[in-house]
Amino acid sequence: MTVLHEMDEKAEAKMRARDVSVYYGDKKAIDDVSIDIPTKFVTAFIGPSGCGKSTFLRTLNRMNDTIASARVEGDIELDGENIYSSGMDVVQLRARVGMVFQKPNPFPKSIYDNIAYGPKIHGLANSKGDLDEIVEKSLQRAGLWNEVKDRLGESGTALSGGQQQRLCIARAIAVDPEVILMDEPASALDPIATAKIEELIDELAGRYAIVIVTHSMQQAARVSQRTAFFHLGKMVEYGPTDEIFTNPLEERTKDYITGRYG
Amino acid sequence: MSPAFLFLLAIGLGLAGWLAGRAKARAFTRDSEPRRVVARPGYHAWFVAIWVALPLALFAVVWSILSPILVEQWVLASPAAQDLPAFGFQRQSMLAEARAVANGHAAGVFNPDAQALVEPFRQADRFYSLVGFGFALAMAAILGLWAYSRLKPAFTARVKVERAVMGLLLLASLVAILTTFGILASLVFETIRFFGMVSPIDFLFGLSWNPDPMANPDAPQGDRYGAIPLFWGTIFIGAIIAMIVAIPLGMMSAIYLTQYASSRWRKIIKPALEILAGVPTVVYGYFAALTVAPMIRDAAQAVGITNASSESALAAGLVMGVMIIPFVSSMADDSIAAVPASMRDGSLAMGATQSETIKRVLIPAALPGIVGGVMLAVSRAIGETMIVAMAASTAANLSANPLEAMTTVTVQIVALLTGEGSFDHPATLSAFALGFVLFMVTLLLNFIALRVVKRFREAYE
Repeated sequence: MTVLHEMDEKAEAKMRARDVSVYYGDKKAIDDVSIDIPTKFVTAFIGPSGCGKSTFLRTLNRMNDTIASARVEGDIELDGENIYSSGMDVVQLRARVGMVFQKPNPFPKSIYDNIAYGPKIHGLANSKGDLDEIVEKSLQRAGLWNEVKDRLGESGTALSGGQQQRLCIARAIAVDPEVILMDEPASALDPIATAKIEELIDELAGRYAIVIVTHSMQQAARVSQRTAFFHLGKMVEYGPTDEIFTNPLEERTKDYITGRYG
Repeated sequence: MSPAFLFLLAIGLGLAGWLAGRAKARAFTRDSEPRRVVARPGYHAWFVAIWVALPLALFAVVWSILSPILVEQWVLASPAAQDLPAFGFQRQSMLAEARAVANGHAAGVFNPDAQALVEPFRQADRFYSLVGFGFALAMAAILGLWAYSRLKPAFTARVKVERAVMGLLLLASLVAILTTFGILASLVFETIRFFGMVSPIDFLFGLSWNPDPMANPDAPQGDRYGAIPLFWGTIFIGAIIAMIVAIPLGMMSAIYLTQYASSRWRKIIKPALEILAGVPTVVYGYFAALTVAPMIRDAAQAVGITNASSESALAAGLVMGVMIIPFVSSMADDSIAAVPASMRDGSLAMGATQSETIKRVLIPAALPGIVGGVMLAVSRAIGETMIVAMAASTAANLSANPLEAMTTVTVQIVALLTGEGSFDHPATLSAFALGFVLFMVTLLLNFIALRVVKRFREAYE
């Protein structure tokens, strides 16, 4: 039922979803989605509001577990290991599959402590020196170091919206994840801050598998190499981004991309 | 002319004004073009009713204060009052007796001299009743007619009524504030009298509390009224023992309720906790005195502490702590629930466990609210009387041993005011000084708590 394009790049799959359905109570939010998420690429999920793209994203690091009524069927694998199996430690999984949210959500702690939070929890630093290094490296990768290096002790919530979002990305990077999930990371930001985030995603793409949910088709076209189009809980079409945008095979995809609805 | 009658009059005349106003407004509404009438008939009716009833109700309040004074002056000016003793208790009691007979509250006088005053009281009452009634009627009629005459199609009755509603609400809120000031004023007055007899330094820093209502009030008093043992007992029972119980239990139940409990459990446990807050404190007092205190004494004796008292600070503090749990837990519950869910999600998405998230993100973020709740709970605990009165003791005791009997400020106030002492003896007046200190301390605590809570609210809005 999903239309799959030929993938010209022979990328290995980092995450593999098979026949995944998600229910909220009796309501089916995701219907039978199967997808391979390639490593070292940016994969974009697009589609109209309520199509289930965020819900599906949250199944990839089991953030749906925090919603009592949510139930997931099907298999999702990370490096061949089923993340919904009873042997999987959710805490470990989320350290490997990080997440950045739609609204920047820095903790009401200092900038330094925001970044140090994850490494401390997971015991990634043996000394204060190690921790300092992780904080600096993460902030540098998130392109925030030069702006905040003189005020690491200030509260993370005192930064501007765009800086807060980059702080959240730095926070996710600090635990050295393999996959980063981004749920509309720029939708609450102004165009300049958005451009910075997109630039950052480009830079991070070589290092991590990135999955980004976005409302903006331009954004998907700019930052991603793969695009999946979701509609009414189904994944309608999946393929290389340029093909999805220039040569969609499905009528619904074409309508959405040309602005007929959504 | 009783205030109740004046109030009934206000309601009755108000209703009449309402009906008259509505009738007039209906008439001109019917005759005018639609939309030319600014307000609907109901608003015109309320406009008249408010102008009739509200001033009348205010007059009833004023008159209920003023008329007894006027009556008494009339009586004092009468020839029968010339024989009254000049000052003091006897004069007041004779006047009160005569008043009671005149009003029909008492069958006859105890003091024959008061009999002569009964008739002047009756006359004065009759006279001022007529005056009050006449004035009320005249005022209602004038204001009612004036308001009635203003009703026209173009009259903006709706805006006027709206303003009156606002005024009424303002008045209601002022009552609470004015009452607070009234309480403060009455305390201050008596406190100043007390400090005229005992120096504030002796009172605030003295180590021995031993008031004797029978002692000669003119002798030096300083060493009897050292309130430190009371302040210590209050803090030890209310702010230390009770909080050692209430803070951990309240916090943990709040964390369980907000973070772990399924919604079905939450629906059962939360109301159950709130019922705990609604139990009358005197019932807690029984529990503390009859169950907890003997248990503590027996336990202490079992481990070899032979002088354990059956009235212990520990018993009162423990039970008070249990009583305070709902306060701490519901404030902590609210503050934790007010931390945005995105904060929790952010932490969980970093791979933090639930308890790490609670410990490192939720509680620090909710801390100001929790602190505010604890401070409100403390001010509640140190003002608590019944539990301590029943389970602790009236013996002022400066000790850090929780098994000893101790007393608190509130218990002493009750003991001093229910005794036999006269109202100008320092032993009685000291109760007001204690009340004043307690009032100021709880006021300060509440003030700080509200400031802290407010700052916290702003952080997330």
